[in-house]
Amino acid sequence: MHAARRRTALAVCLALPVVIAGCTAKTPTDTSADGEIAVEATDSACTVARSEATTGPSTFRITNSGSTVTEFYVYGEGDRVMGEVENIGPGLSRQLVVSLPEPGTYRTACKPGMVGDGIRSDFVVTGDAVTRDDDSALAEAADGYLRYVRAQTTALRDTAGGFVDAVVAGDVEAAKAQYPLVRTYYERIEPVAESFPDDLDPRIDLREPDVEPGDRWTGFHRLEKDLWAQGLQPDTAEIAEQLRSDVDELVRGVDSDDFVLDPVTVAGGAQGLLDEVAQTKITGEEDVYSHTDLYDFQANVDGSQAAVAALDPILRAKDADLADTIAARFADLDAELARYRTGEAFVAYDTVTEPQRQQLSQKIDALSASVSRVQGVVAGA
Amino acid sequence: MPELSRRSVLAGAGLGAVAVGAGIAVGRGTAPDPAAIGTISASDSVVPFRGAHQAGIVTPAQDRMHMTAFDVTTTSRADLLDLLRTWTRMAERLTLGAEAEPGGVVGDGPYSPPGDTGEAHGLAAAHLTLTIGFGPSLFDKLGLADRRPAALQELPRFPGDALDPARSGGDLVIQACADDPQVAVHAVRNLARVAFGTASVRWSQLGFGRTSSTSTTQTTPRNLFGFKDGTNNIKAEDTAAVEQHVWARSGDGMDGGSYLVARRIRMRIEPWDRSVLGEQERVIGRSKGTGAPLGSADEFDPVDLSSTTIDRDAHVRLASADALGGIRILRRGYNFTDGTDGFGHLDAGLFFVAFCADPGAQFVPMQQALARHDALNEYISHVASGVYACPPGVAEGRDDDFWGASLLA
Repeated sequence: MHAARRRTALAVCLALPVVIAGCTAKTPTDTSADGEIAVEATDSACTVARSEATTGPSTFRITNSGSTVTEFYVYGEGDRVMGEVENIGPGLSRQLVVSLPEPGTYRTACKPGMVGDGIRSDFVVTGDAVTRDDDSALAEAADGYLRYVRAQTTALRDTAGGFVDAVVAGDVEAAKAQYPLVRTYYERIEPVAESFPDDLDPRIDLREPDVEPGDRWTGFHRLEKDLWAQGLQPDTAEIAEQLRSDVDELVRGVDSDDFVLDPVTVAGGAQGLLDEVAQTKITGEEDVYSHTDLYDFQANVDGSQAAVAALDPILRAKDADLADTIAARFADLDAELARYRTGEAFVAYDTVTEPQRQQLSQKIDALSASVSRVQGVVAGA
Repeated sequence: MPELSRRSVLAGAGLGAVAVGAGIAVGRGTAPDPAAIGTISASDSVVPFRGAHQAGIVTPAQDRMHMTAFDVTTTSRADLLDLLRTWTRMAERLTLGAEAEPGGVVGDGPYSPPGDTGEAHGLAAAHLTLTIGFGPSLFDKLGLADRRPAALQELPRFPGDALDPARSGGDLVIQACADDPQVAVHAVRNLARVAFGTASVRWSQLGFGRTSSTSTTQTTPRNLFGFKDGTNNIKAEDTAAVEQHVWARSGDGMDGGSYLVARRIRMRIEPWDRSVLGEQERVIGRSKGTGAPLGSADEFDPVDLSSTTIDRDAHVRLASADALGGIRILRRGYNFTDGTDGFGHLDAGLFFVAFCADPGAQFVPMQQALARHDALNEYISHVASGVYACPPGVAEGRDDDFWGASLLA
């Protein structure tokens, strides 16, 4: 593959006089006193005055002496864009400051016409890796979120105990009253539960349509069906006890010393919770018998907000506008949800009309679009 | 073949051309990438984005269309202007065949959602045009009623209208036309993706085949009734007609703009397909084979209104400029099929798109005449409708200009 491409390059250079200049001698333009690396971009060439630098920031000064609009990129591994400047019109000059913290071979590229892979060349960075100055902030963010997770799982265990006791005692009304409140603690941290082995999340939270033929259906939703739709069954108490022990397993897992979270995973979890809302809560597929979907909806949103809050110092330092947008959109969504709540109680989701669900959906889309950018910011993209 | 190093390629190239040694020493970074060469030739299929008028109006009608209307979900004019700036930048890139955002498909790294969804990666620009329009509701919603162009009025109800509100109206509309449907859908999808929080999709319509020619270089296509459509359409080359009938010149931010009228016209193709050829030709007023007016020999022969061969209520007679006191519009419609109607029929028809300088003076009287008398009404039904002000084009060489600046900024 590579060989073939190189051969094409050779043929092109031999055949087209217009690009010969691009294949041959070119006295490098100087590197200016302030350390800028001059880049001369034409329609067929991209002359970078220097092809090496040391780790840290590099500054390029791109001059478009071609006839078409161009762009300049610095790529890392896997064509990751380390920095770019777009829309450089003919005759214009633009500056690009790009941070290259790791030693290695990067690639520079001009893109005349703004399309294609561009005219590329290697850019070698040497020196020691520049360590991130926010390592302690990242560690603190992860620790803060871990404390939140543990608080939720502890509350889940305590409230699930009462719920299971009510089911086992056959007190259907008490159990129904507790069901959405217990689930709240679970829904706030569900992506964490999904990270545990042996199908722990499906044991606790599988919905009826997702049960494989021949498998035993356990967890919250099986009890929901018993409580609301089909009455208590001979094995209902056994299913309830199973839930108690599955929740205990989750608590033990989260409390163990080898349970750690990294900040990018935390950001991913914030996004995952909003995806949960968009996929199963908006449609009313989550709690088909109890119609308590709005409790789960609020819990997912709260959990997402807690994850973002843990990352807020990092986010705010790197992209304050994004932090503000996210905060405003959480507030907007919370206000919309509050319309369906009196005190702690939400209305049944089957009373929420189609246009009202569309309103909720639009706000989730808006929030989710901005939260989806947090991982990249936290990872230092 | 063993892999050549870049250096040996450069040396080889130098040998074949001029200075050898210097080529080795400092030629690095200057070899054109073959992929870049390949895509530059794709610029043949680029329609310029900037200019006095928006592209996608008198541009020769492309083969495919994806039109999508949006409702704004904000009351903040600043948010809307931000979106329009972002859209303008993205639209210009997309029409060049570039990725929606720099970095695009993979360049933002493993921890960010890609800045371009990717399905058009490697495809040509395919004559993509993106045209924006603003619905009357936008101005009310943002408290900008005083900015609303005078000619932008909701269309009146016409006899026979059976409009579905969910498929009608909208605050913003994007018309994406291209010769490749994947390119058109990709453009709309990426614009919709960056709109979340400011605007959300209200309705969306795909058109699979053009039903109009807007240039004398194009042959006249056929609609789903099987007849040539738009023979007497305004053609881009007829600049006097374009100036008179297409471009607005009202002085209220719309100079050089135009008004888009969209009508989703369901065709009852099943009864049509059971009607005899004589009936079909009587209803249209043209020969199905040649497209010539009945009684004439050639497609482009003028429609003779004194002819008794052409029925009193034939479509070609009622829609002719002569019968309408000189009124003309530029049509740019597309055929569609969208599943079934649940009764064993295709939900198919014509997505009618027209551009005119003043819909109240052009489209409305035309549709009033057709809605009352057209013999074709037995076989069609208007099921959705929209009217939008399409502002003038984004100015050449002005980085700060954006879609709708003359109306909303």
